[in-house]
Amino acid sequence: MSRPLLIENARLVDPASNTDAHGAVLVEGGVITDLALGGPIGVPEGAEVVYAAGHVLAPGLIDMRVFTGEPGKEYRETLQSASEAAAAGGVTSFVMMPDTTPVVDDGALVDFLLRRGKATSKVNILPAAALTKGLRGEEITEFGLLQEAGAVCLTDGRHSIQSSALLRTAMSYAANYDMPVVHHLADRGLVGDGVMNEGLFATVLGLKGIPREAETIPLARDLQLAALTGVRYHAAQISTAASAELVRTAKTQHRNVTAGVSINNLALNENDIGRYRTFFKLATPLRAEDDRQAMIEALRNGTIDTIHSDHDPQDSEVKRQPFAEASDGAIGLETLLAAALRLVHSGEVDLPTVLRAMTIRPAQLLGLPSGRIARGAPADLVLFDPDYPWQVSETAIRSRSRNTSFEGARLAGKVMRTIVGGQTVYLHTETA
Amino acid sequence: MAEPTGGNVTQAGSSASDFPPFRQRHLLSIADLQQHEIIDLLNRAERMVPVSRQERKTHPTLSGKTQINLFFEPSTRTQGSFEIAGKRLGALVMNMSVKSSSVSKGETLVDTATTLNAMRPDVIVVRHSAAGAVELLSQKVGCAVINAGDGAHEHPTQALLDALTIRRHKGRINGLTVAICGDIANSRVVRSNLLLLGALNVRTRVIAPRNLLPAGIEQLATEVFTDMRKGLEGADVVMMLRLQHERANGRMIPSVREYYRFYGLDAEKLSHAKPDVIVMHPGPMNRGVEIDPAIADGPASVITDQVEMGVAVRMAVLDALLPAGDAA
Repeated sequence: MSRPLLIENARLVDPASNTDAHGAVLVEGGVITDLALGGPIGVPEGAEVVYAAGHVLAPGLIDMRVFTGEPGKEYRETLQSASEAAAAGGVTSFVMMPDTTPVVDDGALVDFLLRRGKATSKVNILPAAALTKGLRGEEITEFGLLQEAGAVCLTDGRHSIQSSALLRTAMSYAANYDMPVVHHLADRGLVGDGVMNEGLFATVLGLKGIPREAETIPLARDLQLAALTGVRYHAAQISTAASAELVRTAKTQHRNVTAGVSINNLALNENDIGRYRTFFKLATPLRAEDDRQAMIEALRNGTIDTIHSDHDPQDSEVKRQPFAEASDGAIGLETLLAAALRLVHSGEVDLPTVLRAMTIRPAQLLGLPSGRIARGAPADLVLFDPDYPWQVSETAIRSRSRNTSFEGARLAGKVMRTIVGGQTVYLHTETA
Repeated sequence: MAEPTGGNVTQAGSSASDFPPFRQRHLLSIADLQQHEIIDLLNRAERMVPVSRQERKTHPTLSGKTQINLFFEPSTRTQGSFEIAGKRLGALVMNMSVKSSSVSKGETLVDTATTLNAMRPDVIVVRHSAAGAVELLSQKVGCAVINAGDGAHEHPTQALLDALTIRRHKGRINGLTVAICGDIANSRVVRSNLLLLGALNVRTRVIAPRNLLPAGIEQLATEVFTDMRKGLEGADVVMMLRLQHERANGRMIPSVREYYRFYGLDAEKLSHAKPDVIVMHPGPMNRGVEIDPAIADGPASVITDQVEMGVAVRMAVLDALLPAGDAA
C-alpha cells in the first residue's frame, strides 16, 4: 500500500460536478477518498503533501483517439512511449485505435493489449476493437467476445465503412451489447485523391481537395442508421460547420448520438499547411477558419461532446515526402491540453467546457468511473499551471515519432504532475 | 520591336553584369517573384534570343558549372530545352530520368536529393508529379534549384516563356486580355501564368467546363467562363491547354468529340477574339482534341515561337541564378 497523497491549495476544476473552487484532494489506495472545497483537509499520518500553488487540479484527461505503433510498428510508437507522452500531457487514459499490425479484431489481441499495457504503460490503455475484420469493411467482428475481453468501444479507426447495409448490421449488433460505435467519416469516392481541404488554398498549392461533403454525406447516413438501430453512436471527428449542424439536429431527436473533434480542427486551419508542411496533412483535413470557428461554437453549445488528440505517430520516412505522397497524421498527446488551453486563453471557450470534453464526457460515453473528482473515483488526476509558457521543441518530444502539428508552437499551460491510480507518473522539472 | 544584341563568345559573362544581381536562390514558383524580378528575367531572356540565332550558338557564362536535369516525369521538350539552354551557356549538363518506380524501390525524393547534392552540382532542374516536391528537394540541397513543373502547382519557366512570346508579338503585356482554355483544374501552366500575368496587369480569363475548374479559381483569374465563345470575345491572346486523354473517358469528360465541339479551338470560335489574336499552346498538342490542326499550324499560331523563347528563358534563368564569378 502506497502512502496517502494530499494535494492542497489547488484550484479544483471538476466539470462533472460543476466545481471550480479552491480546495484539496486526498488520495488513498489509488482512489480519491476525500476532498474539501475552501477549507483544508487534515493530513493523514505519513501522507505525501503536494502544495499545488493555486494550479489547476482536474480529472486526468481521457483521450478518445490515439494510434500507436504497437503491435507491428514499434519504431513509430510503443505503448510505453505513447504512455510517456500521455503522462507528460496530463492524459491518464487513452482509447487505442485498432489500426495496428495485426488489427485488433480478436478478443485475444484485446487481452494482449490490456496485459501489455499493464506491464509497460504509465497510463490506462483502453483498447478499441475493430468493427470489421481486418478493418476491411466487409465482415463484422465478434462484438460480444471483444467486449468480454475488455474492448471499450467498436471502431474501424481511420477507416470508414462505405456499405450502408454493413454499417446498419454492425450498429444493430453493437446495440445488442450496448457497445458504442465510433465511426470515422470519409466517403471514399468523394475523398478520391484529395489531400487537403477543397478550396482556394488547395487550388493555389496545386493539391487535390477533399470536399466537405466527403464528411457530411456519411455523417447524415450514420445519424439516420443510428436512429434506426438505437446504437450509441459517436461521430469520431467532425470538421465542418455543416457536420455540426447535422449533429445538433440529430441530438434534438434522439439521445444516443455524440460527436468528437480533433484538437487539430479546433486549434488549426488549412492555412497552417503553409508551403506543403506534411505534419499538417491529416485524414480529417484541416478546414477553413470558418469551419474552425464552427467547431468552437459546437463545443460551446454542447453539440461536440469530446476533444481528442488524434495522436498518430508517423516516421520521417513517410512524412518527408511531397505533400500528396506523405502519410496522414500528427502526434498530439503531449500538446493536447496546452493546445486546448489556447482556446481558453483566447477567450473562445471557458476552462470547464474544454475540460469537460476531455474528462467526464468521454468517461460517460465509455462507461468509465474516472473523469471526475469525487469520493470513490479512481485517483486519475492532472495538476497544471494554465499560464506556464513553453515552446514545443522537437528534441523534447517523448513520443518515438516527431510529427507534431505544433512544432515550434508557443503554448501556455503546462502539466506539473500527472497521477494515475494514485501514483505520480509525471512530474514537471525545470530544465535549462 | 528592336532586338537587343546578345552576348557573344568574346564577351563571355558580360551580359549578366548588365543587370542587377538576381536575388533569388532558386526559381520554384512565380508566386515568389516580384514584378520587377519577372520583368528582369524577361529582359535577360530577350538578350539570350540572339545567342541561339548565331552561327556559333554559345555564350559560355556557365563554363565549368554542372547542371543536373532531374526528371521524375518524362518530358521530351522541357528537358531538351533545359539541356540546350545549359549547353549553350557552357555548363556540363547531366540528364537523369527517374522512373516513378524508384519510389517503390524505397528511395525517397529526399534520398535522391542528398545523393545528387553530394555530386556537387551548381543547379538542379527538377520536374516531379507531386506539387511541392521541387521545393522539398530544394530544402535538402546546397545548390540552385529550378522548378520545371511540380504536379498541378507551378511551371514558372513556361509562364516566363509565354510572357516573352506575348511581349515580342504584341510589343507589351500590360493591359492585354489573355484567355486560357482547357483543363484548368489540373494545370500547373495555368497557375504560373495567372500569377505572372496578374502581376503584369493582364486581364486574365479562364475557360473550361465546370468540372475542370478548380475551387476558388474566380479569385485567381479576372474572369471565369464556361462558354468558350464569350470567353474569347475581344481576347488578344488565346492559350490552349492539353487535355489528358484519360480525362475524356466518361469520368470527367464524356468524350473527345463532345469536348472538341464545345472547347476545341476552331476558326469559328477564334473569330470571336480580336483580329490580331495570337494562339499559344504549351505543348504537346492534341490536334483534333483541343485544337483544330488548321489553327495550330495557321497564321495566328505562335506555338513554335514559344519553343524558341523557351530556350532563351531557360538560358536567362540559369544565367541569373548562377552569375559568373560565383564560385561554387
